[in-house]
Amino acid sequence: MATLIEQSSILIIAIPLLIAFLTPLIGMASKKARNTVVIVGLAFVAFLVFALARDVILNGIHIYTLGATSSSLTIPEGTMIPVRIILEVDGVSVFMGIVVAIVALVAVVYSLSAMKEETGQNRFYTLLLLLIAGTFGMVFTGDLFNLFVFLEIASISGAALIAFKIRFADSQEGGFKYIVVSAIASLMVLFAISLLYAQYNLLNMGALAAAMQYTMLDRIALVILIAAFAMKLGGVPMHMWLSDTYSVAPASITVLLITASQASMYALMRICFILYGVTLDLAVVGWIIIAIGILSMFVGVTMAVRQTDITRLIAYNCVCEAGFMLIGLGVGLAVLGDRTALSTYGTTAISGAFFHMINHALFEGLLFLVAGAIFYRIGTRDINRMGGLGHTMKLTAVFFLLGALASSGLPPFNGFASKILIYESVYQFNPILTIIGILVSIITLAVFVKAFFSAFTGALLPKYADIKEVPKTMIAAMTIFAVIIIIFGLFPGLIVDWIVRPATDALVDQASYINAIMGAIP
Amino acid sequence: MAEILIGNFPLVAAVVLMGIGLYILIFRRNLIKIVMGITILSSSVNLFLVTLGYRTGGIAPIYTDAPEGPMVLPVVQALTLTNIVIAVATSALILSLVIRIYRHTGSLDSKKSRRMKG
Amino acid sequence: MSKIVRTVANQLMLFVLVFGIYVIMHGHVTPGGGFQGGAVIASGIVMLIVAFGSGHIKNSLRERRLSVVESSGALLFIVVAFAGIGTVFFYNFLVGSRIFGGIPPTGSNPGDVWTGGVIPLMNLGVGLKVIAGLSAAVLALALFSSGEEME
Repeated sequence: MATLIEQSSILIIAIPLLIAFLTPLIGMASKKARNTVVIVGLAFVAFLVFALARDVILNGIHIYTLGATSSSLTIPEGTMIPVRIILEVDGVSVFMGIVVAIVALVAVVYSLSAMKEETGQNRFYTLLLLLIAGTFGMVFTGDLFNLFVFLEIASISGAALIAFKIRFADSQEGGFKYIVVSAIASLMVLFAISLLYAQYNLLNMGALAAAMQYTMLDRIALVILIAAFAMKLGGVPMHMWLSDTYSVAPASITVLLITASQASMYALMRICFILYGVTLDLAVVGWIIIAIGILSMFVGVTMAVRQTDITRLIAYNCVCEAGFMLIGLGVGLAVLGDRTALSTYGTTAISGAFFHMINHALFEGLLFLVAGAIFYRIGTRDINRMGGLGHTMKLTAVFFLLGALASSGLPPFNGFASKILIYESVYQFNPILTIIGILVSIITLAVFVKAFFSAFTGALLPKYADIKEVPKTMIAAMTIFAVIIIIFGLFPGLIVDWIVRPATDALVDQASYINAIMGAIP
Repeated sequence: MAEILIGNFPLVAAVVLMGIGLYILIFRRNLIKIVMGITILSSSVNLFLVTLGYRTGGIAPIYTDAPEGPMVLPVVQALTLTNIVIAVATSALILSLVIRIYRHTGSLDSKKSRRMKG
Repeated sequence: MSKIVRTVANQLMLFVLVFGIYVIMHGHVTPGGGFQGGAVIASGIVMLIVAFGSGHIKNSLRERRLSVVESSGALLFIVVAFAGIGTVFFYNFLVGSRIFGGIPPTGSNPGDVWTGGVIPLMNLGVGLKVIAGLSAAVLALALFSSGEEME
């Protein structure tokens, strides 16, 4: 068991890759065998993620050096810098890993019946597993160029999956927009990485953080990195691809794309907090991130009010919730140098943002799965054409109500717990931000109430008289999300103490991140 | 000023190419031209990467029968190769999507294929 | 295409294959490697598609066969990477071993092909995947433009 945990960080990335390339061969023989292999493999990966999380939270940062003679040999004899690809797993990484593991398992369970009549299913599962491997790679790596490569793997697989149902024209358009935006963002990330490499001759994030002097070229690289990762996560001047893309993708792919966007937010935070640390102009960069967050909240919720397409409405809600997370993280960044402010409200703001990340993946995922279930049964996404679906699709209606109330931040669901953490801490930084947040939450509730009433209640339209409930695996997938939402809502203190607090402590602690690489003895 | 430009000519060329690529992506509407713009942008970043490794008087970083002297940096060449492979995959995917959009909408103008607004 | 073009393409494909396999297998001592050699052979296949027409090539390069070659290339890469997991993932467990003659990887060995250990096997896996993948992509695009679909 100890060796399994020692090797687990690379197994979490390598097992989805292995199954991704086994799937076409097994799928040619039998479909049931392929589905079984995929589900069993992802269940094993989820078990490894939880085991690794427990080990990292109890014992500290976990290092894995690929290709050396022992997995913790970061600096070989005779050299002074770390030379290999190193996976560095700390509290933040395992937190994101837990999010990805839960969402990936639910997405695959949902696709078992949602994709059953499509052709080319072998390719679908290959690309899905590559997207999962890419997202895991992004959050576990300790190396800048490895981050870029896994970002590209996730982007290309995601774009191919968005355009998977080739009979719809708008999904092709959504895939095209996604790949163009991702290509530009990734090229800008590579440009910034090459600027950093030119100065310090280092690609490892820990070594680079130790050697960082904040010269002019470093500032240029920081600006380019913030802009590129904000483009990838849907922050406001660069948010327009998000609604076109999330609304036309198959529902199980949208939940994984949400996770990929959160991995980009993780990369942004890793660069601001750990790579640059306190050498930044903390107030300026913190306020820039807060400004992106406020704009995202405003634009997201006002655009959501006038939507008639249910998935576009949920996608604009995604933009709005990303704004909440950015505000929490921006406040944490702005007070990073001030020790008293950090311990009073800075860490609470960062904890609120992290807790909101997992809650956001859960309730937005549930809403998208419900919208996908509606589209599966009636073939349209237009709210004006739906009506009275709650009479026949009872469970689906309950799930939508659950997701909508959680998203607006009503107790006793999980959205309330994370939003109250953000409101309390951000109020001490600047009260206006909290007031904006509360207003935006109220408007979100109004938007979702309108959507719920027009889709599910009212008289049953005659053309929907014989719509049955969706197949069992789709219900099972949505149930997993709903149960976790209720548990997180009823016991938020436990979740914050177990996984969110260690993540916050790891994010503000640059010294132990550097020490794990540079101070390791073979 | 002129000797800075001539001395760092590959870097200047990389930035000019990046400018051309961004201009195409912002101002051109034909879908194939957008693909070309992404390719030019990728080439500019590759050129920038390879130029960073140059050391004056350096030889190619191959150890077989190597003459004496400094070698250019091989790490940036590996980064460039990886970027070229990624660009190939991106181009293949994006051209397939352009063909599908053309089959659905019958034109290569991005204004006509932008059906989702607001 | 005319008879001259078809005959020359037939003859040249042999040289393209030899050069491509040379680039793949010598990837650890000379410039080259898996992707580069695979792209050389894929461009040879493009030459055949241009000379003979995509409808004719479609009968030899079927999608199932290309899919099997592609998956086995990637599986070769990952299984060889897993094989070193007794020490660490991706560990080069064949370098300096007795299978390849016990030649040490560094030192005075001018361009000896057997010094790579695990690396030529991984290059071969990547090369197979790139050949199959790029040929399938180019064949699909060529068939698309002439109106058919790949079956």
